[in-house]
Amino acid sequence: MPHETIDSLRLFSGFTRGSFKLILRGNRAYWMWLAFLAALIASGALAYSKQVRFGLGLTAMRDQVSWGFYIGNFTFLVGVAAAAVVLVIPAYIYNWKPIREIVIYGELLAISAITMCLMFVLVDIGRPDRFWHLIPPFGYLNFPRSVLAWDVMVLNLYFIVNFVVATHILYRAFHGKHYIKKLVVPLVLLSVPMAVGIHTVTAFLYNGLAARPYWNSSILAPQFLASAFCSGPAILLVVLQLLRRFTRFEIQDAAISKIAELMAYAMFLNLFLHGAEAFKEFYSNTQHLLFTRYWYFGIGSHHTLVPYAWSAVALNLIAFALFISPKTRGNIITLNIGCLATYAGVYIEKGMGLIIPGLTPDTLGEIYEYYPTATELRVAAGIFAAGFLLFTLMLKVAVPISLGEFMGKKEAGAMEHGEFAHAVQ
Amino acid sequence: MVSRRLFTQTAAGAAAGMILTACGPKRLYEAPKDQLRARIAEMERKYTEQYGKEIDVSAAGPMPGVHFAYALDISRCIGCRRCVYACVAENNQSRDPQIHWIRVFEMEKEKGVDFSHADPYYNPAEVPEEGHFYIPVGCQQCENPPCTKVCPTGATWAEKDGIVVIDYDWCIGCRYCMAACPYGARHFNWTQPSVPENEINPNTHYLGNRPRPKGVVEKCTFCIQRTRNGRYPACVEVCPVGARKFGNVLDAASEIRYIIEHKRVLVLKEELNTVPRFFYFYAT
Repeated sequence: MPHETIDSLRLFSGFTRGSFKLILRGNRAYWMWLAFLAALIASGALAYSKQVRFGLGLTAMRDQVSWGFYIGNFTFLVGVAAAAVVLVIPAYIYNWKPIREIVIYGELLAISAITMCLMFVLVDIGRPDRFWHLIPPFGYLNFPRSVLAWDVMVLNLYFIVNFVVATHILYRAFHGKHYIKKLVVPLVLLSVPMAVGIHTVTAFLYNGLAARPYWNSSILAPQFLASAFCSGPAILLVVLQLLRRFTRFEIQDAAISKIAELMAYAMFLNLFLHGAEAFKEFYSNTQHLLFTRYWYFGIGSHHTLVPYAWSAVALNLIAFALFISPKTRGNIITLNIGCLATYAGVYIEKGMGLIIPGLTPDTLGEIYEYYPTATELRVAAGIFAAGFLLFTLMLKVAVPISLGEFMGKKEAGAMEHGEFAHAVQ
Repeated sequence: MVSRRLFTQTAAGAAAGMILTACGPKRLYEAPKDQLRARIAEMERKYTEQYGKEIDVSAAGPMPGVHFAYALDISRCIGCRRCVYACVAENNQSRDPQIHWIRVFEMEKEKGVDFSHADPYYNPAEVPEEGHFYIPVGCQQCENPPCTKVCPTGATWAEKDGIVVIDYDWCIGCRYCMAACPYGARHFNWTQPSVPENEINPNTHYLGNRPRPKGVVEKCTFCIQRTRNGRYPACVEVCPVGARKFGNVLDAASEIRYIIEHKRVLVLKEELNTVPRFFYFYAT
């Protein structure tokens, strides 16, 4: 074998062994966090195995409301995955330096979120044993007619692009080398329209169904994007602060404040689009108002979702108020309250608030009040735990690499620690 | 160097060959005749063993020059739901949990055809109830079906005679078609469907009333096992007031053509451009 091959194999095995060592090293809090996630995953796996044996009848979904909590979470997480773009745009296009060093974490978040998305789809389908029917050439993908086929494609492509960029940058940094510009820059530039693409296609998934007036509104895709650009960065801001607290990772306050400012604009747009939708529905007062009314006010004795609807409105308004003022977004406490409010508000409106009123009343006017069962909650918690586990482990390796604490070998002219930030360009 | 290239080429060829064989047609939609025959023989063997009696699975295809259509006389329907249960028996729908391909809606004469005020669970001692009328709804067998368009695996399609069918062996149970159907015509097997052995209808069709597994979608097929054999759907036969009409719309002398041409017919949710082959009309 040529010399370089042996060399790179040795490096790769060093990388793998080193990564394992990093993952297995941590303080009490780290292990308790992992144990907590493992417990949730185990509980979710148990609930799911029961669901596979008995059928989706263990969920609250029925013919009237045929999609529920799983698909709601899927939709929300597509938004989170798309949000990496919020960080990429200013970093690469406007060359805004303080954000550039944290783009890699946005990409890792996107990878985790897409993984969760795919898991949510898998637990929702009636025949998970047949998922390969979607994968040509073994199966048959109804492309380009089915929007779901589009979604399968763009989600997987987006996953691959982010995975390649993130691992390439990290692996090269581990080698003590700069990443290959010719590979990374086009992929990163591609990931911007792709992020918009995955969320647009996911919106079109619902948007294209004339049978469901609540979804069949042109405002849906723009609103998906607006709310995604709030929820994704909200998670990231919290994560970055945790990293700053527990590692030597440094991030400037200016970067955090900038992201919060972008979130304020996105939230304004989100609220505006909601308002536009509400005006159209209530003023024209057609039969199609039923769905919006079910969400905000309930119909007759059916008002299970009403408290959620108004919580989402309140949370979104609070988040907007906290992020629009430089004073409150500069304050660490109000900033984090804003993040939590954004996350919760968008989670409610993009999850239950989108799916359930879309299907209630059903196409023939029947009202079946959906509320997730314990099985659905446990499976969903398990998937979130799996996603957070993946994210945690990836951070555990990525942070030391980017800090220059974890490197294969020192080469002449290799990066000193702290130079990573400049390498990620 | 040459041998290495040869090896690569051979390996690539072998891999491609394997993939091509592994990727032969698997959907019933595109299965060649001999493969279809083998798969149907396998179905018959399996169902016969499962139910302890001979189950016949027909592979009858669409007849040339035939386009099915259906018409329902709203002024005659009395809401007795005999069609619902005849359909269940004929098409081997699950008894527990209950699946009904036809749902009958009771509406108030004062309000007219308005599904948001309709009651599918009406249960009086006697029908029809004073001041009410009834609209049974099943699959409308749309000419422009929103459900087949959205299926990610191509497991559902419209046949040449207009019947929209599902391949139960290919459906992955994502339920996108159910979200897309404006008529609530598609039903999901939320748990293992069950039909008692002594109640199973042994005359089945591979795209119709053969037993279904858990986790897939099913729907009305205009009784494909009967109608492709020159018979009426079960709901047409059982209707005590003759409100249900069925036939070949391409046959100018058929009753269905007469109704469409001479009666006041309407279709549900016309504005959605689904172009149903199921017409409602007022004969009197």
